[in-house]
Amino acid sequence: MVKTLDKVDAVIVGSGWAGGIAAAELTKKGYKVVGLERGKAQKREDFVGAKDELRYDVRKLMFQELHKETLTIRNTLDETATPNRSNDTNAINGTDTGGSGVHWNGMVYRWLPTDFEMHTKTVEKYGEKIIPKDMQLKDWGITYDELEKYYDQFEKTAGISGEPDPLRPGQRSDDYPTPPMKETDIIRTFTKAAKELGYHPYRIASANLSETYTNPDGETINGCVYCAFCESFGCDFGAKSDPIATVLATAYKSGNFELRNHAYAVRIVHENGKAVGIKYVDTETGEEFIQPADIVVVAGFTFTNTRLMLLSEIGKPYNPKDGTGVIGSHLTAHQRNLTHTRVRGFFDEKKFNRYAGAGALGVTMDDFNVEQLDHTKLDFLHGFCLRTSQRGDRPITNNHVPADVPSWGKEFKDKSIFYANRRIDVQQQNGALAWRENYMDLDPTYTDIFGDPLLRVTSRFHDQDRNIVRYAHQRGKELLEQMGADHITVPEITEETEFDKTSLSDHTGGGVVMGDDPETSAVNNYSQVWDMDNLFVVGASSFPLMGSSNPTGTVGALAYRAAEGMIKVLENGGGQLVQQGATAKA
Amino acid sequence: MADHNSNNPKNTNEVSDPGRRSFVKNTGIAVGGVAGGALLGGLFSNRSKNDSNSNSTAGKGSDKEKRYEEARMYFTRLADFAILEQAVERIFPEDDNGPGAIELGVPYYIDKQLAGPYGSNVGDYRQGPFIGPKVAAADSSLDRGQIFINGLRAMDAESQKRFDTNFAKATEDQQIEIMTDFADDKVEVKGISSKGFFSLLRSTTLEGAYCDPLYGGNRDMKGWKMKEYPGAISSYAHMIEEDEFVKMDQVSLTDYQPK
Repeated sequence: MVKTLDKVDAVIVGSGWAGGIAAAELTKKGYKVVGLERGKAQKREDFVGAKDELRYDVRKLMFQELHKETLTIRNTLDETATPNRSNDTNAINGTDTGGSGVHWNGMVYRWLPTDFEMHTKTVEKYGEKIIPKDMQLKDWGITYDELEKYYDQFEKTAGISGEPDPLRPGQRSDDYPTPPMKETDIIRTFTKAAKELGYHPYRIASANLSETYTNPDGETINGCVYCAFCESFGCDFGAKSDPIATVLATAYKSGNFELRNHAYAVRIVHENGKAVGIKYVDTETGEEFIQPADIVVVAGFTFTNTRLMLLSEIGKPYNPKDGTGVIGSHLTAHQRNLTHTRVRGFFDEKKFNRYAGAGALGVTMDDFNVEQLDHTKLDFLHGFCLRTSQRGDRPITNNHVPADVPSWGKEFKDKSIFYANRRIDVQQQNGALAWRENYMDLDPTYTDIFGDPLLRVTSRFHDQDRNIVRYAHQRGKELLEQMGADHITVPEITEETEFDKTSLSDHTGGGVVMGDDPETSAVNNYSQVWDMDNLFVVGASSFPLMGSSNPTGTVGALAYRAAEGMIKVLENGGGQLVQQGATAKA
Repeated sequence: MADHNSNNPKNTNEVSDPGRRSFVKNTGIAVGGVAGGALLGGLFSNRSKNDSNSNSTAGKGSDKEKRYEEARMYFTRLADFAILEQAVERIFPEDDNGPGAIELGVPYYIDKQLAGPYGSNVGDYRQGPFIGPKVAAADSSLDRGQIFINGLRAMDAESQKRFDTNFAKATEDQQIEIMTDFADDKVEVKGISSKGFFSLLRSTTLEGAYCDPLYGGNRDMKGWKMKEYPGAISSYAHMIEEDEFVKMDQVSLTDYQPK
């Protein structure tokens, strides 16, 4: 028996950055909002004393428990997909109050103007012929210039510490709200080498704040103490900007917000082309509820958003054979075994304080990013950032040795200890573009605990995907040679390097993509569903591509844009915010 | 192992059991066969403090305090545990850097992990069909505890077949030869690939060597000390900008967490 609850102004699925921003903006305007979070309740106090690598980083305590739901994965259309059964293989999704936004490293990049108009700009510069067969390039229906104020808003809410990219003059309306973090020997070494090679390094913009900061909503985030427990951890000191410290706190303060934990959304309920509410299960009691609302916001991770659209039968499912339909298309990711890999440099004579650090403490450069390259001379599109970061190496997960050393036994032990603090990594992270047969749909075999089909991922790597990484690795190797590394290991990328259960990461996008044409996109530039104007699907699910840097800044910017749209719809009692086709090729 | 001499004042502060490993090496096979509880109790209660077996590393780190937490929670057969001890020591051996896996408490760490939710894959998706049988640990229809039992016994069977002796009694070179073949996926294990088992064995060994000592591994923070990893330090803000390497004393969660 499903119990229907009292109607509210908005119901939001997910309490991470996307859902949290929507909750803050709507409740500040006086709207009553209910948030649904499948994971448990948590607050800052839960993270005090949480410096436990085994529990959080190895066992992935803050990630989604896969016994309720997971993904199935395959490479090609004629294969049978199998489940990603364990977070040992690949922990992807956040869960619990604040979502992945609580256990992130805090790197905040702005994507490039070209990213938002990838099709137009590529054709303008190189002609249609440069686009490989079966690659799907799209414009977002919004430009960087239009999105800039939302990037700025997100950075100010989160208090981001950074300095401008020297290669992007004039692209910022304001400085970062707080200065860059402290500089370490590793950062100095990278920066010096990069400058000697004529590149333009700058400090990674960070949500581990360089100083205590109070944001425009009145929430205070503390200054970082460089304790080295960011990635996979909640912050011990309230010094990492996250949804709990910022937007959810703002929503609570309004008195208009209720967050329900253990509330597992199973359907978007809709009637006559309007979203009516969310059906969810209280996983502590097994009870089913419908939470009705004037507007419905789906703001989970890429997979949650895509799967809810498919299960709820909203929009036309994508068909990879003829390229028709929309929901499930444009799956892209920074893949762990390809797109964000590391070239490692080992130094025999030099020790660095690698145990100390912070998630986004580092230096980056865009000299090989899409706008800096001449693609007529290359065998790939898009580009990459090169960077190094000093997150603070923890001992279980950092046992790197030069290439010729075995992975266990006497020599391994000796070398893994010797090089524990004698290393600098250069990470490359490249743009990932969509392919016709890389997509998501519902699995025909495996189901979740409620009996609903799991989301199935079909994906494989293409020559372009491998070529860009090989090229980036060589540039990383040159940087490490300039730094004076004694041994350099470059990951081998062969034809056998293939998408598998280890590939997907928290940087995964697509499925409910943004665009200027309802035929080829699911949402408009307000993240409003074309076919259902009181339904907003917000988050990385709207990315038609994965830019060459971390996605959270763009998720935040799009969420502020979406929240503006939600308020317009509530004020006007509905209606499409973007005239279909009006912005096409603008 | 329970220490039957705990009432003996001489042993209260001296429960190091240097004889354990040599016992295991020499009589492990018997344990699986005819040895009974009385025999075990007798052997352990009489283990010699002046045992000078140079191969012996077990318990060296525990000469300060009795470790009541070091009894088997998951493994029911001592013979299986004896194989585990030898295997983890081959992965992370005692050397000039410092203690190996046994002295760091890795076998008991793994035993405790397998006895808990991790050992029975409580957080994992376990619905069939499974694709087995030659798979990675995460894809196996066996849980991690079963994988260890099947894997360790397969190592023992391989030792019997090749060297006519049980794994725990084989020479280090023989043990390494068998483990290399497991790592290279050349051996049959029921329900999982030998590579999948070996990979799990390796990762849990490193966990036990370097986890916070609250889990029973990284005994006395000796794993961290070897690696010059400071542990749960509250702040590095005062030294993060230093050019020179800064060596620090180790801090565990026992000391770090507010009480």
